Amino acid sequence: MSVIEVRNLRKEFTVRVKAGRLRRVRRTVAAVDGVDLRVERGEMLGYIGPNGAGKSTTLKMLTGVLAPTSGEVRVCGLRPVPERIRLALRLGVVFGQRSQLWWDLPLRDSFNLLRHVYRVPAAEHAARLRRCRDLLDLDGFLDTPVRQLSLGQRMRGELTAALLHGPEVLFLDEPTIGLDVVSKQAVRGFLGELGRAGDTTLVLTTHDLADIERLCRRLVVIDHGRVVHDGSIAALHDRYGSRRLVVADLDTALPEPPELPGAPLRRVEADGHRLVFALESAGVAEVVAALAALATLRDVSIVEPDIEEVVARLYAGKEGHPVNASGGAGAPS
Amino acid sequence: MAAYRALLGAQARSQASYRASFVVDLVGNVGATVLDVVTVLVIFGVTRELGGFTFRETLVMVGLSACAFATADLLVGNIERLPRYVRTGLFDAVLVRPLGALPQLLLMDLPLRKVSRAIFGLAVLVVALGRAGIDWTPGRVALVILTPVAGVVFFGSIFVATATVSFYWTESGELANSVTYGGRDFTSYPVTVFDGWFRAVFAYGMGFSFVSYQPALALLGRADPLGLPAWAGWAAPAVALLAATLAATAWRVGVRHYRSTGS
Repeated sequence: MSVIEVRNLRKEFTVRVKAGRLRRVRRTVAAVDGVDLRVERGEMLGYIGPNGAGKSTTLKMLTGVLAPTSGEVRVCGLRPVPERIRLALRLGVVFGQRSQLWWDLPLRDSFNLLRHVYRVPAAEHAARLRRCRDLLDLDGFLDTPVRQLSLGQRMRGELTAALLHGPEVLFLDEPTIGLDVVSKQAVRGFLGELGRAGDTTLVLTTHDLADIERLCRRLVVIDHGRVVHDGSIAALHDRYGSRRLVVADLDTALPEPPELPGAPLRRVEADGHRLVFALESAGVAEVVAALAALATLRDVSIVEPDIEEVVARLYAGKEGHPVNASGGAGAPS
Repeated sequence: MAAYRALLGAQARSQASYRASFVVDLVGNVGATVLDVVTVLVIFGVTRELGGFTFRETLVMVGLSACAFATADLLVGNIERLPRYVRTGLFDAVLVRPLGALPQLLLMDLPLRKVSRAIFGLAVLVVALGRAGIDWTPGRVALVILTPVAGVVFFGSIFVATATVSFYWTESGELANSVTYGGRDFTSYPVTVFDGWFRAVFAYGMGFSFVSYQPALALLGRADPLGLPAWAGWAAPAVALLAATLAATAWRVGVRHYRSTGS
């Protein structure tokens, strides 16, 4: 049995829209519009989409905070809204912007309180806390009131708080939003570790695609309440024709752009001193060899396809256009 | 139960972490109830009777009302901050925990500084009872214990029921206040000073006369000038139970509405 089973999930909101000076018209908007999803035990799923795409609404329906307008939801075999309390014992939830911690108390106290809230045996609780303390490096601020923690420290606290009862599924809504680079890395490293252990299912919404690239083999993209992609990141690149690029810097510009089989020329930069080829069927070696025969190479670099751009194009609904790797092309991945 | 006790302990420690402001609030909170008593004193400075009742008789009603309201305000009053809980996401956070939403909200935001006011309310009641010249029987002793408890449940229900309106309409705070604080003021005076539809709605329609006026009559051994039978003085627990049932239903419907609309 899948840990999460969602069939034809819909959530409608009624909004009032101005129509004329005083009149307001009620309009129904579907925030989630027929989502199907099946997540197996131990999977790490990235759930992404532009603002207002329905990510958080989906997460709220999976955790029992919101009731679906229609469709079927089962999490751990339970219906989230009617069986909220039984399900809550088996879920961990981190909503980036809403805290599960007690603001005025030391972090340690929140963990202790949650032990009572989730009725966790003391020994189990202590063992899990010890693990989180090591992996997330909590010892420096366990006795600091939560209101005095930095955002990164607080987020590490939130993660611990969500895991102390050993949940089967961990939902993370924007866990790295606003974090500095070091905290981001700590959080990602920890989640990666958790995923490799294999018994916790992880569902992650994020704006930061680096989270997804580091953590999730499977990516679900939602837009306007519908799933527009469900598969691996590689499959996404395939589908949208994003390719690895070979960037060649030449000593002297060629009189006319060269034609290489299996590697179409994408761009010519710097007055012909830089040529950018996309690797379709040709390999790196073939392209470099062919170029070396035509001109003197000063430098060659390979640029991995940039997921940000693929996703940006996905949101814009322009499928299959050639990659235009300008902005983030130099970013290491 | 251990979980709720832990939440209560956490709230106590949280508030104790602001020691100075806690003490200031403890003192300040007595003020409001002192004013209620002063108001009654002022009224009796210009008249010897109020709605057919003497100062000592009226003070019993003030005591019953103050004691019940202040205690309910301490235990349940902060539920009027529901719109804030929804806005800040506390309501969602509470829904993902394996406990009831209402008890969690009440315990996590329990205003312990209002305890001084509840104690003062009880003191007013004790003084009023001592000076009213009540002919104590076992029945009246039972009544004087039951009535404030029923009053707490009744006012608590009013707090919860009016707060649920904000699930539908976020700016409902003033309306809620007019019922809760209006009700508190209503129960501080003999029902006989009010008149017409206003009296009919507040006293009998919403049941406020059973919090202090009718029980005070039974304690003082007076017949109701408005003609309700003597057993009406004993009706407070039943009225409170009915109010609690209605409030619980309103809460459940409100939560369901929230979940079906989100916000």
